[in-house]
Amino acid sequence: MTTTASQDTSDRPDLSPEERADEPLLVVEDLTVRFPTHDGLVQAVTGLSYQLEQGSTLGIVGESGSGKSVSSMAVLGLHDMKRTQMSGSIRLGGKEIVGMSEHRLMKIRGQEAAMIFQDPLSALHPFFTVGKQLSEAYLVHNNVSRKAARVRAVEMLDRVGIPQARTRVDDYPHQFSGGMRQRVMIAMALINDPKLLIADEPTTALDVTVQAQILDLLQELQRDFNSAIVIITHDLGVVAEMADDVLVMYAGRCVEYGPGKEILTHPEMPYTWGLLSSVPDVSADADARLIPIRGNPPSLLSPPAGCAFHPRCDHTDKVPGGLCFTQLPELTPASTGGNHIKRCHLANPEEIYQTEILPEIAPDLAEVITQGNIDEGQREDEDEDR
Amino acid sequence: MTQTISDRPDAGSAGVPAEREHILEVTNLRKYFPVKSSGLIRRTVGQVQAVDGISFAVPRGQTLGLVGESGCGKSTTGRLVTRLYDPTSGSMKFEGREISKLNRRHMMPFRQEIQMIFQDPYSSLNPRHTVGTIIGTPMKVHKSVPKDKVLPRVRELLALVGLNPEHYNRYPNEFSGGQRQRIGIARALALAPKLLVADEPVSALDVSIQAQVVNLLEDLQKEMDISFLFIAHDLAVIRHFCPEIAVMYLGKIVEIGDRESVYHHAHHPYTQALLSAAPDVKQAVIGGRRDRIRLEGDVPSPINPPSGCRFRTRCPLAQDICAKVEPPLLQVGPKHKVACHFAGELGHAPKHPVMSDLLGVDEQGSPVPGKQATAVGNEPGYDSSWLDLKSGRTVTA
Repeated sequence: MTTTASQDTSDRPDLSPEERADEPLLVVEDLTVRFPTHDGLVQAVTGLSYQLEQGSTLGIVGESGSGKSVSSMAVLGLHDMKRTQMSGSIRLGGKEIVGMSEHRLMKIRGQEAAMIFQDPLSALHPFFTVGKQLSEAYLVHNNVSRKAARVRAVEMLDRVGIPQARTRVDDYPHQFSGGMRQRVMIAMALINDPKLLIADEPTTALDVTVQAQILDLLQELQRDFNSAIVIITHDLGVVAEMADDVLVMYAGRCVEYGPGKEILTHPEMPYTWGLLSSVPDVSADADARLIPIRGNPPSLLSPPAGCAFHPRCDHTDKVPGGLCFTQLPELTPASTGGNHIKRCHLANPEEIYQTEILPEIAPDLAEVITQGNIDEGQREDEDEDR
Repeated sequence: MTQTISDRPDAGSAGVPAEREHILEVTNLRKYFPVKSSGLIRRTVGQVQAVDGISFAVPRGQTLGLVGESGCGKSTTGRLVTRLYDPTSGSMKFEGREISKLNRRHMMPFRQEIQMIFQDPYSSLNPRHTVGTIIGTPMKVHKSVPKDKVLPRVRELLALVGLNPEHYNRYPNEFSGGQRQRIGIARALALAPKLLVADEPVSALDVSIQAQVVNLLEDLQKEMDISFLFIAHDLAVIRHFCPEIAVMYLGKIVEIGDRESVYHHAHHPYTQALLSAAPDVKQAVIGGRRDRIRLEGDVPSPINPPSGCRFRTRCPLAQDICAKVEPPLLQVGPKHKVACHFAGELGHAPKHPVMSDLLGVDEQGSPVPGKQATAVGNEPGYDSSWLDLKSGRTVTA
């Protein structure tokens, strides 16, 4: 991985030496984003920290309004700074994004970090041909002729699997199907070989078969270009397939963060449990009842005191002294260790998950996972829990 | 709640057993939308074959799921059943009575009994009307409840779908997406319908809210004995909600059967591809993903669908016969029908077309002289005998 990264840097003479610093590609530290409005201050993102290495994928999960898109837009500096209060630090390849001038941001956008938007029909301009839009993205960052840019556009369309790219390049967005438009969006995002790709719900508007194609394509491109991907989604299935690391957000804060497999097999935060138990899946018992998270997501104008999830949480009675209602839990390492952290007061979440949650959501799986644990040599942990 | 049940006309009035069993029977339903040329004289230059000869039956008090990609005609089917569109041809029998050709006036009584829940809770509620007006209007139109009883009934319905009954005076913008969908459901329930067409009722909602709405629909079905035609593209939701499922592709039903047959013994390559493409959390949890069948390309245009089997352009099993002869929906199990020349479970597709004899053609699909095609009926419901694919013989239950 490191070799490819250094190749990348050697390809780009314009990089500053600080970029070779021994730090992950993307480091977000204590990011806070607030929007003043007539109704008050919207606390969209609070104290968010995460890291992303070159070539790996981070999945950000959460409901609408949990701050996942806002935090990712901040990475590209897409917020209007006149109307946004932002603090903390976002370092992309060693460069500080927070507070960077618009002029310098322009150079970063597209070149070093690019975004794939959810709805390709509204993200593509209806008046210009796909080829024109693609080559514009290339011309902005490269001093080449229009002809060369067009060649590059055809090459990229071909690369993302659009048949007859040479003729389709002159088509308008409406002449493409939903899946093809999303491919065009991906081609546009990748045309300058960015090191970081942010995909904001890239497959939500698509059908399952097309979604599978797009996810395969993203993984394939990631292997080829060794780019880092941040994938924002509310579909845990997508996260399970794509992400190395998972970040669960609730009410603007990170509530659980860690390696994907760890989060999905040993979640320790009741909100993550809720997300897992409220999706039916194609292999579970069809008679099992879905267990929804009751209530609605909180308003970000005045998030609940204490743990923001407490009004919807079924486990507040297990925490002594009503801490959930008064004190915001810190991000603490999970009981299974590793890099897994969670924001919850519960003392023995693993036990509650194994005994209360898992049997309800997937009785057959409860056994499999228990066996899986034994394979991983965690038998002692299990016994202790019991 | 008891009020709701007593409001309904006597449910046991139907005479014939089949009608008692099926609340809705659809036979050979077609909907073609004309494509007009541009210019002053707009001639019809083609037809979008949105729904092309489908047959299914919705069992009383049960749910039939319709699943497929966008553009496969599942929503059009829903709108045909509610008669928001007029069918081009075919028959729809609601409790044994033909409703496909009824005019507006004669359709009125049926509109009370067939209601619809729409996909988008933001655009399907009038922003200028209060919730009370939205839910109360159907009752006023159909005069199902005396005027002074409308408001109490609205409040009852709001409570039924889990909203605060005192909120009847609010406007839709004061509610969240999930709550709006509940309002839409309350409106659909206002006339105590017997059949609810739910067109992607949860796909616009957040995951955690989806489960709330799915559970609500399940409860309502149990309490009020409503039959559902449940349309969705999410295979997991469909599987959870529907004991019987029809898979549509480009205006045709390609496979229909009970949950077990469709999800565990899918015989059509399209169903198999759909199932393999659905991302599955719990699979990933216990280690890795399943092998995915990659479908190349997009759904062809319904204006000019491929000859023969409509799926053949993307089908990994396609052979000559598929382009020449259209496979009919053939019953292959007690509650399982499939439309494929090479129907078989994943990885066990037969080498030779399974119904070439029935259709009077050879294995390449050319007609065999002197051989007559046996008609394979396109009837809703299931027969008591079927073709067993393993032995190649007709089996009777």
